[in-house]
Amino acid sequence: MHPALVVAGFRAALLAICAASLVVACGGQDGAQKLTITGSSTVAPLAAELAKRFEASHPGVRIDVQTGGSTRGIQDARNGVADIGMASRALKPSEAELIAHTVALDGIGLIVHADNPVAMLDDAQIRAIFNGQINNWSQVGGQSAPITVVNKAQGRSTLELFLDYTGLKDAEIDADVVIGDNEQGVKTVAGNPNGIGYVSIGTAEYDAQAGVPIRLLPMRGVAASVANVRNGSFPLSRQLNFITAAPPIGLAADFIAFAQSPAAHADIQRLYFVAAQ
Amino acid sequence: MPTFSGFILSQRSDGLLLAALRLCAVASAGVLLLIALFLLAESGQGLTNIGPERLLFDEAWYPAPDASNGQFKLLPMLVGTVAAALGALLLATPLGVFSAVFCHNIAPTFVATAYRRVLGVLAGIPSVVFGFWGLVVLVPLIGQFEPPGASLLAGILILTLMIVPTVALLSDAALDALPRSYAQGAAALGLGPWATATRVLLPAARGGVATGVMLAAARALGETMAVLMVCGNVVRVPDSVFDPVRTLTANIALEMAYAADDHRAALFVSGLLLTVLVSVLVLLAHRLDAEPAHA
Repeated sequence: MHPALVVAGFRAALLAICAASLVVACGGQDGAQKLTITGSSTVAPLAAELAKRFEASHPGVRIDVQTGGSTRGIQDARNGVADIGMASRALKPSEAELIAHTVALDGIGLIVHADNPVAMLDDAQIRAIFNGQINNWSQVGGQSAPITVVNKAQGRSTLELFLDYTGLKDAEIDADVVIGDNEQGVKTVAGNPNGIGYVSIGTAEYDAQAGVPIRLLPMRGVAASVANVRNGSFPLSRQLNFITAAPPIGLAADFIAFAQSPAAHADIQRLYFVAAQ
Repeated sequence: MPTFSGFILSQRSDGLLLAALRLCAVASAGVLLLIALFLLAESGQGLTNIGPERLLFDEAWYPAPDASNGQFKLLPMLVGTVAAALGALLLATPLGVFSAVFCHNIAPTFVATAYRRVLGVLAGIPSVVFGFWGLVVLVPLIGQFEPPGASLLAGILILTLMIVPTVALLSDAALDALPRSYAQGAAALGLGPWATATRVLLPAARGGVATGVMLAAARALGETMAVLMVCGNVVRVPDSVFDPVRTLTANIALEMAYAADDHRAALFVSGLLLTVLVSVLVLLAHRLDAEPAHA
């Protein structure tokens, strides 16, 4: 795409959001009601599924789900551009004035190629691989081959969470490939027998079961599985949150209650997330 | 327009048509102007807060506000963009020009027609399809020889595939536009097809060929999705074609949704930079085309 078009498209999207929020502000109680939800691309597919079912049971309600990352979700909720923001992480101390409604949990797991003989890595090894101190698989019990480190692009909550877990800083990571979304990460590692990356466990487990040649590594001895994320034993997991600027009222409150009710569990499981209790 | 000469148009409908055409022209030009102004306004913050020298000489690219107070070195991405586009041009220019010569001078008519169709289809394939193919086929293939595979080379090869049709079709059109007497004259002199093409036709059509190359370069510079998928996107000046690179377009696509404040402004600066680069190329293409090639 032409960069000018990207920018123009971005501007159009902004205008659309502004217009949408105006409609919400003016539309109020009467007639068609509209709810705007923006933010994390991890949460968005779930929100879209839930929105579809909520709309079906609430005629006259329109829910608009837009992606753009957790940071945007939090910003939009804070300045009122969106009724509900989506964030695939817990709120930071600097965001304490906002309210998080946990809808589901997601784990982040390390993936390697299915042919990679390495069975597990301890935290020190993971850190050393990602900061470049270890750059050959033979140093951690594999075959002699250079390690391809697959990292996430700046601003992704997966990256923040991974940095938090390993104690590494952004600048210390010595990446060979930088990716955007989870699927790109899975495909990159599947196509590179010496690759290692980290993605959402739900996505990785689904792809591995579908025959994609990747394998999830256990962390701190706990197998990276949806089951272990659910029971809380997996060390690297995150909350998928709906964010509001104030205690939700009206339509937003109804939708959040729906998303947290057992009625939403089927959708959550179908997307390989884990329902929050 | 000659097609209207047959109709008897009243003054009034002529006037209406004229007004409508003027409106369309002003609207198209206006959109471009608005985009340029918008880019300038949005980059203004980046240029004043960060400054051009930091965009070139900061230590690295860590633009997120809570990481290292923000570092905004765009230079490696500028290098990546230009390297990928230049590499693709080096491959695509001879391929495209000679396939045009093949089409125009050597191939039998039905082969040439089929070949043009193929090129047309190739030109129309969405870039994300090229990118997807690159990610699952080309990158692992390169990775077998020189890991990690996602590299400048993968980007160059994918871009080459994407811009060959542009070079070939525009060169073919330029050859087509030449007077028949050139080819006939060459034949009368006893020149073979190779000499005719390289000594007579191509020099005469060089303006059109150069236009094709410039437009192809503009496309290569602006391509986003395919290079994002195959280039590795590591922000570093590459030492070889097997090193990963991040282009300016890929950078915008990867980080736009997550950027705020100075980070966002820095992305707009890279957008402005790209727009200027592409505009210069398009202007250059026009100049070359206007050159009296077959005089």
